[in-house]
Formats: sequence, C-alpha cells, structure tokens
Amino acid sequence: MSLLEVGDISKRFPARRALADMLRGKPKQAVHAVEQVSLEVFAGETLGIVGESGCGKSTLARCLVRLHEPDGGTIRFDGQDVLGMTGAARRAFNRHVQMVFQDPYGSLNPRMTVGDTLAEALHVHAIVPKSGSAARVRELLDLVHLPADAAERYPHEFSGGQRQRIGIARALAVEPRLIIADEPVSALDVSVQAAIVNLFMELQDRLGLTLVFITHDLRLVKHMTHRVAVMYLGRIVEVGPTADLFAAPRHPYTQALIRAVPLVKPGRRTGEAAVMGELPSPLAPPPGCAFHPRCPKADAGCSAEVPALSERGGVWKVACLKAS
Amino acid sequence: MSAPLLQVDGLAVTFATPRGNVHAVDGVSFDVAEGEVLGIVGESGSGKSVSLRAIPRLLHANATVRGRVLWRGQDLHAMDDEALRQVRGGQIATVFQEPMSALNPVLPIGLQIDEVLVAHTTMDRAARRRRGIELLGLVGIASAATRLDQYPHEFSGGMRQRAMIAIALAASPALLLADEPTTALDVTIQDQILKLLLRLVAELRMSLVLVTHDLGVIAETCDRVAVMYAGRLCETGGVVDVFERPRHAYTHALLRSMPGEGAARSMLVPIPGQPPRIDAPVVGCAFAPRCAMVEARCATERPALLAQGTGHASACHAAARLAEAAA
Repeated sequence: MSLLEVGDISKRFPARRALADMLRGKPKQAVHAVEQVSLEVFAGETLGIVGESGCGKSTLARCLVRLHEPDGGTIRFDGQDVLGMTGAARRAFNRHVQMVFQDPYGSLNPRMTVGDTLAEALHVHAIVPKSGSAARVRELLDLVHLPADAAERYPHEFSGGQRQRIGIARALAVEPRLIIADEPVSALDVSVQAAIVNLFMELQDRLGLTLVFITHDLRLVKHMTHRVAVMYLGRIVEVGPTADLFAAPRHPYTQALIRAVPLVKPGRRTGEAAVMGELPSPLAPPPGCAFHPRCPKADAGCSAEVPALSERGGVWKVACLKAS
Repeated sequence: MSAPLLQVDGLAVTFATPRGNVHAVDGVSFDVAEGEVLGIVGESGSGKSVSLRAIPRLLHANATVRGRVLWRGQDLHAMDDEALRQVRGGQIATVFQEPMSALNPVLPIGLQIDEVLVAHTTMDRAARRRRGIELLGLVGIASAATRLDQYPHEFSGGMRQRAMIAIALAASPALLLADEPTTALDVTIQDQILKLLLRLVAELRMSLVLVTHDLGVIAETCDRVAVMYAGRLCETGGVVDVFERPRHAYTHALLRSMPGEGAARSMLVPIPGQPPRIDAPVVGCAFAPRCAMVEARCATERPALLAQGTGHASACHAAARLAEAAA
C-alpha cells in the first residue's frame, strides 16, 4: 500500500540574469530542478533516492514535505491531497512526515539544550502535557542510544555522529509515520556512518517507520534500501527493487553510475571511465532524454523525445527508449 | 622497481596554536618507488593531508616539522629555498582538493600553465603556448586552444580539476602529490579523474601519492596503501595484502564497518567512540580506547611498526591474533 503518492511534480527556480542580459532582453531562465516526477512510497519500506549533485534529489525531498511548494503536480499522503492542505490538516501532515537533514551542525539550535530542542517539538504539536515532556525526552534519547544526561547539554558538546542522533530524535519526537532523510550520513566519517545507518534500520523495524533515504552514496543505498529511484537532471530515470536494480541496471545512466563507484575490493582496476562527459546545465537541459549527449546507446530518437518512465515487469520502471 | 624516489622517515608535525600544540603527525615513515601509486587513507583528522603537504614543505609557519624527507637521496627539509624551488613544481607537483581555491581566479588557465613553464623550463613563448595546448589535450580538455584563454569560473568542477592537473604536469614532474583530488566531485566525474591520473602515471612514468578518505578509491587506484589514524601510521603494504589480510585492528575494523560485505540490511559493524584528541601526546596505541581487540599493554606501550610479510608492516599488538583469526 502506498503511503505517499507523488504525481508529476515539477519545481523550477528562476535564475538570476546578469544586468547586461536584462538590457538585451534575454528571456528569464529557470533551473529545472525537478521535472514531472512521479513516485510512490510504500508503507514500511525504505526508498532510496540517488543521483549526482544537481539532479534534484534534495529539491524533491523538500517538495515532499512542502518546504518547497511544487509548481505543479499532486502529492497524496495516506490518500489525502497534501498540496491543498491548510490549518489543522497541514499541521497533522507536518507531524506525520518529518525530515532529517545532512548537517547536524547547522540544523540544531546551538543555544538550546538538547532537551529543550526535543521538548519544543512535543509542545508545538501538543503531544504530551508539559509535565510529561521530561519523560518523553528521556525515552527519545534512549531510542537513539544517547545517555539521559544529554538532555541538559548543548549541541556543541557532541560529536558529529551524536548530533545526527539528536537530529533523528527530534524527528521522532512527534511520532511520524514517514521520515525523509536528506544525506543524513554524508558529513560523517565512515566508522561513524555505520552506527547511524544501523540506527535507521533498527528504528524502522521497531517503530514501523517508512523511510525515504536520499544520498549520493550508492554503497549505502545498496545495503539499506528496499527500492531505489535514480535521478538524472531533475527526472527519475529508473526505479525498482534495490537488489534487482543493482544486479542488472537497465538505464544506461544507472549502469554508468554503478560502474563508476569504486569497489572496496582491490584488483578491479580498469583504464576505461564508466561514462564520458559531464552533467549538462540544469538551466538548459538537452532536448529529449537529458542523458543522450553522454549515452553510448543514444540515437536520433533520443534527442527528439523525452522517454516516459514506463513499466518493465512489475514495479520496475525505466525511462529509456533503448532499454530492453 | 628501483630504489625509492621518495623516502619519508620519522615525519612528525606539530602546530603551535593559541590553545596549545596540536600533534597532527607523529612518527610517519613511508617510501614511494618510481612509477608507483601510493595511497594514504584515514578519516578526518588522521594527519593524512598534513603528511602529504609536509613533503614539499607546504605547511604554515606555525608548523614544526621533524624527521627526514629524502627526495632522490637529498633531504628536502634541509635544502635552501632556491634548491627547494627547483624541486617544487619542477620535480614534485601538487594537486589539491578544491580547484576553485587552488586556481587563481583572475588569471586565464593558459597563463597559470605558462607560469610553471617560465619557472621550470627554457621554452620560448611560442613553445610554451604549444605546450599549454598539448597539456590541456593530455588531461582530456577539448578545444584546448580556446580553453587556454578562459578563466577558472568558465570551467565546470571536473574541468577545473583537469586544468589543475595540467598545471601540475607542466614541468613534467617525477612525482605528483594529490590531496583528495576527487572528493569534491561527483562519482562519474571522480571515476574519470582517477582513470586520467592512472593513465598519466603509466604514460609519463610518474609516481603518485594519493590522499583520500575513501577506501574504494584506494582499492581501485593504488599499488600500495598507508593507513593513518590520529597522526600515526597504522599499517602499510600492497593494497591486496592490506585489504584482504589487514594486520592492524583499526584497518580491520574500518574495512568491516563498510557496507557491502554482509547481506542486504544486515547490521553494519561500527567502530564505537571517537578518535582521540591530538592536542596532548597519546600514550600507548591511539586506537586502544575504541579497539575490540585491545589488550593490557595497548594502553601503555606504543606498538612499533613491524613487518607482517613482504612489503607489509603494521603497528599493532594484535597483529598476530589477526593473522591467526584469518588463518
């Protein structure tokens, strides 16, 4: 059953024009951050969203929680239209869908104790009476494996990994059903990353959470997600069950991306780069399939037509005219 | 392979800061042979970048450096400035992580290549221009003649890194030092740059020292690896030896903490705790407080770097137990 259903959402950001361009009357340009993305998130699953910088994965995440208002399209949470929500319905949605950010330094208020940060969320949503918040804060700290005395301390007294635990506890405070985590471990060292990844998996099993995990790290996605969506220049190019997709990727971009990740096993050294060329500018994406200028399989048709994300066996979808 | 081109022997770097001395590097030794790719890997604060920058003496004035850095038998840290200038940029060149801050934003790329050629060659203007075009071609920048007159901001991230490599290669150095050259890049671009570096090492018969935090980059790029932790060298050896038969408890734990080995969604094996503070000298083994294989002497007795096989050495009291467990 799908908890979140995204239909055809797009988000463009106006780009700044240089004065000279304004005087010459050049048209306003826009960054095509997210283009007609459709996506389902099933209850209880971990969905990975991967892609390189500028592919729109973070913008998509922010659209899902309405930190950005999409320009068009629909979002349904538990069957209810999200983009039209106001007042109490909107507050209820905010409670059910929480976000964990990349930077555990920037996303915590440095002048509030950890206990106050956690209690604030409880009060905003009036989840427990004020008298009961201390007990709930202890419970939350325990849930993310922080000592109870952490409540009296300030964010700067914690290491990066511990701060990310605080960020997760803050998201959990309001008992959400869906957590959207945007690069939650990218700022952490490898040995610390593992503990946070474990925490996400453990919390999901214990609390029955649904998780959208956005990252550029394919090794992590392969390890911890049930399904994965691959984005390129604002669009989803392939989405499917993680194990199948990594075993036999169908979109040429997914194939290149997986091949480009260095394995932690020596002896695979090859001279050939996985894919040539660089990401085109999101200000002026190539016509047709955005990947066609870099794609070894591209032909004339690929620059003429934007391939639709279409089903290739069950839940596996690919947006490529050439994919088998 | 012949005698080592570069020998780093007992390198120690201390930074004087307002809050006391920071021991960033503490007794690190390694060699680089001709044509070899050595990786230095470690987490943030392990001293890997400081070790690299100490080689051609690129550290700030508040750094105190001890130990020897022998370049073709000559100690770089005992050289006068003029001799050092000839080595730097001429025989040893450096590529940094952030091309945007390492490149001069107000000079065209061509001029930045030209500066190196003026300093280290006797070419005339026309020859230098030809060499500039040749270099951009070598690093895979198309329409080189036009690109030469462009400024860094007109290049994409990957192209800037290529341009920086071109500048580094201008005087045909024998050794390239690369400090996290692909960390700021996307994975498909990282792949291109690493393949480029490997091709250049083979074609130009250069040696390369590559500093990174990514074990995957090491595994796919390097011949040998040096693993650092809290300013110290834990383990060094051929990549296959170190990755398949780690003989330091830290290397072992670090490799185990990576996703990929176990079944999907199996729990990973994190390393508990944090690296030690390096503003006070560490007694015993620096990894001891986080180590699952710790024994009594680890807290008091600093392990010596001991041979664990051909070209493989580690500084760990648990080395023998790791070997037994693997056997």
